Amino acid sequence: MNAERVNVVHVRTPEGVAFTYRLASPVLRLAALAIDWATVSAAWSLIATGLVLVNAVSRDLAGMFTAIGYFVLSIGYSIATEWLWHGHTVGKRLVQLRVVDERGLRLTFAQVALRNLLRAVDVLPMAYLVGGVTALLSRKGQRLGDLAAGTLVIWEMPELIPALEAEGGGKYNSLRAHGVVVARLRQAVNPGEARAAWQAVARRAEFEAESRVRLFAELAAHFRRLTPMPPEIWEGVSDEQFVRNVVDVLYG
Amino acid sequence: MIVNLDRFIGDERPQWERLDALLKSLAVDPWRQQSLEEVRELERLYQRAVADLARLATFAAEPEVRRYLENLVARGHSEIHGMHAEAGRRFRPWLWLTRTLPQTWRRRAGAFWLATLLMVAGGIFGGLAVAFDPEAKAALMPFQNLKDSPGERVAREERERGKELQDHKATFSGSLMTHNTRVTLTAVALGMTAGLGTLILMFYNGVVLGAVAIDYVLAGQTTFLLGWLLPHGVVELPAMLVGGQAGFVLAGAILGRGNRERLAARLRAAGPDVVTLSFGAALMLVWAGMVEAFFSQYHEPVLPYAVKIAFGMVELAALAWYLARAGRTPRAGAVK
Repeated sequence: MNAERVNVVHVRTPEGVAFTYRLASPVLRLAALAIDWATVSAAWSLIATGLVLVNAVSRDLAGMFTAIGYFVLSIGYSIATEWLWHGHTVGKRLVQLRVVDERGLRLTFAQVALRNLLRAVDVLPMAYLVGGVTALLSRKGQRLGDLAAGTLVIWEMPELIPALEAEGGGKYNSLRAHGVVVARLRQAVNPGEARAAWQAVARRAEFEAESRVRLFAELAAHFRRLTPMPPEIWEGVSDEQFVRNVVDVLYG
Repeated sequence: MIVNLDRFIGDERPQWERLDALLKSLAVDPWRQQSLEEVRELERLYQRAVADLARLATFAAEPEVRRYLENLVARGHSEIHGMHAEAGRRFRPWLWLTRTLPQTWRRRAGAFWLATLLMVAGGIFGGLAVAFDPEAKAALMPFQNLKDSPGERVAREERERGKELQDHKATFSGSLMTHNTRVTLTAVALGMTAGLGTLILMFYNGVVLGAVAIDYVLAGQTTFLLGWLLPHGVVELPAMLVGGQAGFVLAGAILGRGNRERLAARLRAAGPDVVTLSFGAALMLVWAGMVEAFFSQYHEPVLPYAVKIAFGMVELAALAWYLARAGRTPRAGAVK
């Protein structure tokens, strides 16, 4: 264990590139756990309703199913879902968490089973105290089950292919006629600024009207300040269209 | 320098989408076996995605595209490089039962004998405590019916002829299975305390067992004791010992004596055996729970003690044969 906790884990592939896993925060893991607990409870309520029918036939048999059923469901739920859904449970799926192998390899059944069987010690003495403290002290936020199984719980945002071609709009770009300005702009704009402008254009529909106007006004003013440019480039062009033109020449 | 991201995405998008679709189809069935063409295509698309990621990392810092590609490469990496582990090897319960479990037990037999030694030591301690200190019985017996006088209990149970459990044998059986499995899985999990928790649990179970056994022997109820305990005990106790064995295998990986590999590598090597032994113990406890509820609780005159003891001995012999012999592969040269 190591006090130097990390938020991301880098995995280097044999091909020489690296990818990153963002580790799940304790709060997110707790939220997923609560949802899973509610899911198991709901599933058990359904099964218990069915057991009422069994009870009508044999009270003894219903008693046996009750004793075994909840035990199997509570242990088997996480093992079955994490194995069949590649590291997801219902709770983890909703909170966008996933269990992965710490080396980035495919999860094996033994790993999934082991991390869940060892909950028996992680829950001790109550309310996941051992598991919680271990996860807080461990460098990669692993509870005992994760340490034994060599697994991590990561936060996984759904990654979509960024679609830039739709953002140009196919409109006339007043900057294109000024090659020197474009060259100076490309030199002055750093990748962070370029990305901010691109994000603003790509996600413009998500903003409220007022915020959108203010944001594009600020961005347009910023780009105009970066390099001298003749007024015909920006006069008569809305701030949003101007920023879109800048993005077009930067990425195009 | 900023690459022409628009064109780059446009050119590569069909390949990425195809790789994404292939990976999604693999995710649906963890045991799916791929055709040679699929494997080749997956490898080609993965290598291309890797090259694209490397290209992006070199020429520009575009987090959105990079994150998308990293996600794709991460998923591809787990499939391509994790393929050798279990891919395409569908779980076969019969094979697991007849080969994997007994072979694993033999491979890790040292841990089993350690658990046995601890339980026997606990048994001797518990037996001596009850034999020499009558007050120890009240402290050591976990259940009320064990605190009663053995003679009275035997007389009562023989008089009631199993009516006590009438109409709730199945419920009793289910409760036994879950309780014992819970205790055994705790013994496994406590292996993470470098074996200390497992050690205590094995010793404590031995203490209780030894106390009960000596209590009945001293009261002259040895035959009842054997008839009561043997039918389920010859499977239940080994199951708990197998749980202890799994816990000690885990502890062995943590302590790593004589093994210079890193902790993570040691745990990775021990993990499958721990899981196999845990499931094996749970399976044995299902059998023991059924026998205890439906067979062990009947005594003379309903069931002669000789029959119950003989049943227990047959079970023990079968279990011993299974663990020692099942799944053995013939030695090279043994077959002409």
